[in-house]
Amino acid sequence: MAKNKPEGYLTAKESRKISRENRRITNQYEKERKRKNVPESEYVTTMHDPDNAVEFDNLHTYFFTDAGTVKSVDGVTFEVPIGKTVGVVGESGCGKSVTSLSLMQLIQRPQGQIVEGEIRLNLGDGRAYNIAKTPNEKMMNLRGNYVSMIFQEPMTSLNPVFRIGEQVDEVISLHNGEGKTKDDIKARSVELLKMVGIANSEGVYQMYPHELSGGMRQRVMIAMALACSPRIIIADEPTTALDVTIQAQILDLLRSLKDKINSSIMLITHDLGVIAEMADYVVVMYAGRVVEKGTVREIFSNPCHPYTIGLMASKPVVGKQVDRLYSIPGKVPNPVNMPDYCYYKDRCEMCVDRCAGEYPGEISLSPTHKVSCYRYYDGKGEK
Amino acid sequence: MSDQRTMIENEYTPVTYDPQYILMVNALKKYFPVKSGMIAKTVGYVKAVDGVTFNLKRGTTMGLVGESGCGKTTTGRTILRLSGEKTGGEVLFNGKEVYGLSNKEMRDMRTKMQIIFQDPFSSLSPRLPVGEIIGEAVREHNLVGKAEFEDYIDQIMDRCGLQPFHKDRYPHEFSGGQRQRICIARALALNPEFVVCDEPVSALDVSIQAQIINLLKDLQEQYKLTYLFISHDLSVVEHISDTVGVMYLGNLVEYGETADIFRNPLHPYTKALFSAIPIPDPDAKMNRIVLEGTIPSPANPPSGCKFHTRCANCMEKCKQEAPKQKEIEPGHYVVCHLYDDL
Repeated sequence: MAKNKPEGYLTAKESRKISRENRRITNQYEKERKRKNVPESEYVTTMHDPDNAVEFDNLHTYFFTDAGTVKSVDGVTFEVPIGKTVGVVGESGCGKSVTSLSLMQLIQRPQGQIVEGEIRLNLGDGRAYNIAKTPNEKMMNLRGNYVSMIFQEPMTSLNPVFRIGEQVDEVISLHNGEGKTKDDIKARSVELLKMVGIANSEGVYQMYPHELSGGMRQRVMIAMALACSPRIIIADEPTTALDVTIQAQILDLLRSLKDKINSSIMLITHDLGVIAEMADYVVVMYAGRVVEKGTVREIFSNPCHPYTIGLMASKPVVGKQVDRLYSIPGKVPNPVNMPDYCYYKDRCEMCVDRCAGEYPGEISLSPTHKVSCYRYYDGKGEK
Repeated sequence: MSDQRTMIENEYTPVTYDPQYILMVNALKKYFPVKSGMIAKTVGYVKAVDGVTFNLKRGTTMGLVGESGCGKTTTGRTILRLSGEKTGGEVLFNGKEVYGLSNKEMRDMRTKMQIIFQDPFSSLSPRLPVGEIIGEAVREHNLVGKAEFEDYIDQIMDRCGLQPFHKDRYPHEFSGGQRQRICIARALALNPEFVVCDEPVSALDVSIQAQIINLLKDLQEQYKLTYLFISHDLSVVEHISDTVGVMYLGNLVEYGETADIFRNPLHPYTKALFSAIPIPDPDAKMNRIVLEGTIPSPANPPSGCKFHTRCANCMEKCKQEAPKQKEIEPGHYVVCHLYDDL
């Protein structure tokens, strides 16, 4: 058999050419980012709707890799209202995590860059920051105080060589530590550990991460995220690594804490059960784009995009017996080489003729329910 | 030494072989010694599996559920004689005591019982091409002649949804779902009767999970396989299993037909476990029983019923006396003092 080149094969020469080009582009972005004394007018804006905590507006986050440009997030628009929980669902690699990392400005630079769009973060005094343009020193203030994140793996996101207490103290002293003595900070840390339901909080303060179970570590992560009462909590798969019983405890905890400090949660997960239980609004992502969004009732009682329907049918549900699970045929298209028609067309079983055309625009089924699919174009006269 | 020996009680009534069961597990125990000090003296035991009893019918699937650290995986491995010697009890596979076989007999037995591991990323050798991964054991056991070998591998790959021309590729070239298919193909190539599936879908995406579950079910019908399906995802277990066993801290606390267990869970732990499943319906009523605290250490389990520290219906009796297995409905067993009077 002749050695045929697999799809996406690059010669070393082609690869070098791409990386040269990438360096040119990323250097440009980095230069802009490294400027000193950026005038406020460049990144201070106003919210379109003052009731929103965050607005993602046509966000594009690209990664410039040696194999080509990966459009991880390609035109994502949605809002997180104040005091609500927004669930983001999708398969791995669909850009859910990159969206949230963009909000924290924690993308791996210089390869990863926000190339277009705005993320408006409500500061609460009528102003808003456009995160895409905010300089680093301002970002330091925002992280922890306004936005904070609970990471997916409690096993790997705590530092194994520092005691739990030191790690929680650090968050407080960095973001909220002015005029506080060491004892004040310690008292606050112990209080936080107590708040997240750790019974022996004084003892845990002195422990190392390896002495704690997975559920306890996740609680410590939550305590660190909540240390400065942020307005937005990004929970990136907070329960995926945990058992069902512990998952139930953590979800209860998140819900009650959210109400206590009146913040919004952006919940990223692939478990539809968790979404149904926690979220007020749902955003379904596929291959870097939002395919459907709406309130949790609209999405679960009337899923419209074929991908959402497929996703729901492929998960077995307790109490509902089916002979065979539905499985979505095919696989996610190559992220370097996205087709120019609807990304889901090749796997879709409900295609119509128009699907061969350009990527479908968003269409409103109700004021809150929006879907990007040609199947719903007939009823409405849009586009 | 004498007091250590008394720590491991070896009391069980031997079972008689019943041909309808492919696997009979009776009071199986597996303890891991905890060593400490300069001369590595054994100071105690982690009781990973502490008296598990169940029978598995030919051609059916048994689901084994429980929290992490409750001994599900150790049970699976101990049945296959993969983790050294057992500590006590019996494992009868087709009527033969697995731990009583000589090395040579065990080698032959290995082709009849296989395992699919949890993580398809670490359980495939990165240095072997896929065809070799699947075929290595086939060649070792001389299952097919040299002439038919290549055809046989092609056939197996085809059945598991892999392209036979991928034979020369290496595992890193495949996605998670395809790798899990390779693991399944590797297990099935030996033509086994019994397969332990140790969380085969936990590491996969939802849509890939469905493909793998469907594949496992199809293969079961084709080859009349018997599965022991270990998972902590209860909805998957309900979908695939005929019988379910619920484990807590090394003990099987409840065991019965899937429909019975899910419709009418009896043990307080099973009830709590099932109420914790998130239901993908925003209007669903939540009557959640939240278990307080965490699972106790299996090195130093609570006295009496091991669940009494977290149980909502704990009685005085539970703290002193370990409950015995009782049959409540036909084929539905529970280990709990609440049902002593029935």
